[in-house]
Amino acid sequence: MAVQTVASSTDSTVDLGPAAALSCRECGHRVPLGPVFACEECFGPLEIAYDFSAYDAEELRKRIEAGPANIWRYAPLLPVPADVADKPNINPGWTKLVQADRLAAALGVDAGKLFVKDDSGNPTHSFKDRVVAQALEAARAFGFTTLSCSSTGNLAGAVGAAAARAGFRSCVFIPHDLEQGKVVMAAVYGGELVGIEGNYDDVNRFCSELIGDPAGEGWGFVNVNLRPYYAEGSKTLAYEICEQLGWELPDQIVVPIASGSQLTKIDKGLQELIKLGLVADKPYKIFGAQAEGCSPVSTAYKAGHDVVRPQKPNTIAKSLAIGNPADGPYVLDIARRTGGAVEDVTDAQVVDAIKLLARTEGIFAETAGGVTVGVTRKLVEAGLLDPAKTTVVLNTGDGLKTLDAVAGTGLTATIRPTLDSFREAGLAS
Amino acid sequence: MSVTVRIPTILRTYTGGQAEVNAEGATLADVIADLEKHHTGISARVLDDQGKLRRFVNVYVNDDDVRFEQGLETATPDGAGVSIIPAVAGG
Repeated sequence: MAVQTVASSTDSTVDLGPAAALSCRECGHRVPLGPVFACEECFGPLEIAYDFSAYDAEELRKRIEAGPANIWRYAPLLPVPADVADKPNINPGWTKLVQADRLAAALGVDAGKLFVKDDSGNPTHSFKDRVVAQALEAARAFGFTTLSCSSTGNLAGAVGAAAARAGFRSCVFIPHDLEQGKVVMAAVYGGELVGIEGNYDDVNRFCSELIGDPAGEGWGFVNVNLRPYYAEGSKTLAYEICEQLGWELPDQIVVPIASGSQLTKIDKGLQELIKLGLVADKPYKIFGAQAEGCSPVSTAYKAGHDVVRPQKPNTIAKSLAIGNPADGPYVLDIARRTGGAVEDVTDAQVVDAIKLLARTEGIFAETAGGVTVGVTRKLVEAGLLDPAKTTVVLNTGDGLKTLDAVAGTGLTATIRPTLDSFREAGLAS
Repeated sequence: MSVTVRIPTILRTYTGGQAEVNAEGATLADVIADLEKHHTGISARVLDDQGKLRRFVNVYVNDDDVRFEQGLETATPDGAGVSIIPAVAGG
């Protein structure tokens, strides 16, 4: 995929930094920056087209390295105004890239070659803070005062927090049966939280209809009418991984798939860094990870299809439970183009992988992290992932949000407060 | 069979700004053909060159995604609600 750049400086009067226009990923039709997300010609997804023509690689690298320890160090590469760091925002990003030698040993990967990008360290404990931060700036630029979204849980919390910090109203929509931890985390920020009787795809459909109705007028839906801006936030994962590896591309990266947006934007971010001369070009492979109970992209990949047939989700990995993934076809393209793959794991394997990551690296992942670690294990066993190459596995959320997944984990023993009782329980070293 | 069709914002230039229009047809294919009769140009936005639903269009007949049903051959009973929605949302 080529980096989208344009010769002219801008098609729009809105100040969103280097963002110049919106361009259809399918047919290339171009429109000015605005709160629109689907191409009027072919319904394809609109993406940000940038003007990066003025950047010098060395100057840009120095500017980034001198920037704040959050995503705004990459503001020159994002659809945000230059003074974004001065505005009220939850300032996500610059999360840890953990060298995971003990996990590597357990998975059969060479020492020093496996890293976990741990995005549970974001302000609301998931990668969603990255994307919401972009959408918030677009909402400001377009004059919205209400932030909204369809969410599998993590996004609801991220929107609630960002809206609270920035002084926006928020009203978010979730499936009615989400994990309690995510419901509480979304509600505590004081915005309106609405449960929809249905699954995520039903919620998404509802929001898409609300947006065209007077009842939703003036609302910025971060992952609908602000989706072109929102999605760009996932590029910062790619930027951070490369910078944290010493401005080098990883050889392999394992990414969870819900809508597929994150994976496609990580690829876009890597391509931009190559094109801008911030990293040396070399082949890399992107692997997609799904739960078996919601695996429309993995199923299409294995069948050799280039279209994705929707599924009805049934998995504990609710943050990935999107049965009709908007960017599914692009994930297939990227996995095939880079020589990666798309794989899935059962719910039992997800739970095992959560526990494995926790006991080897001290990282408590939510179910999506269990999916990526579980899939990594499967890819190594199948010989699809090279254990001698630098590999980054994403953990996109905090295990405290999905405690039910590991509900059987608890006390080793209950004893009286005496040494005899301690010894009787077999706990003495 | 008379049905109500919800039109997404990006197609309302074809319906004179109307968010909802009526159409006739026993199947989704018939309904789209009838829409084309009254709102010229709308069919080419929803269907590709092979006459199939474009991959970034979701269509629901009442609460059912037609991709889980019979696609363009999905029956559209009298009084049904048909929704045309851009697929590139969410996540």
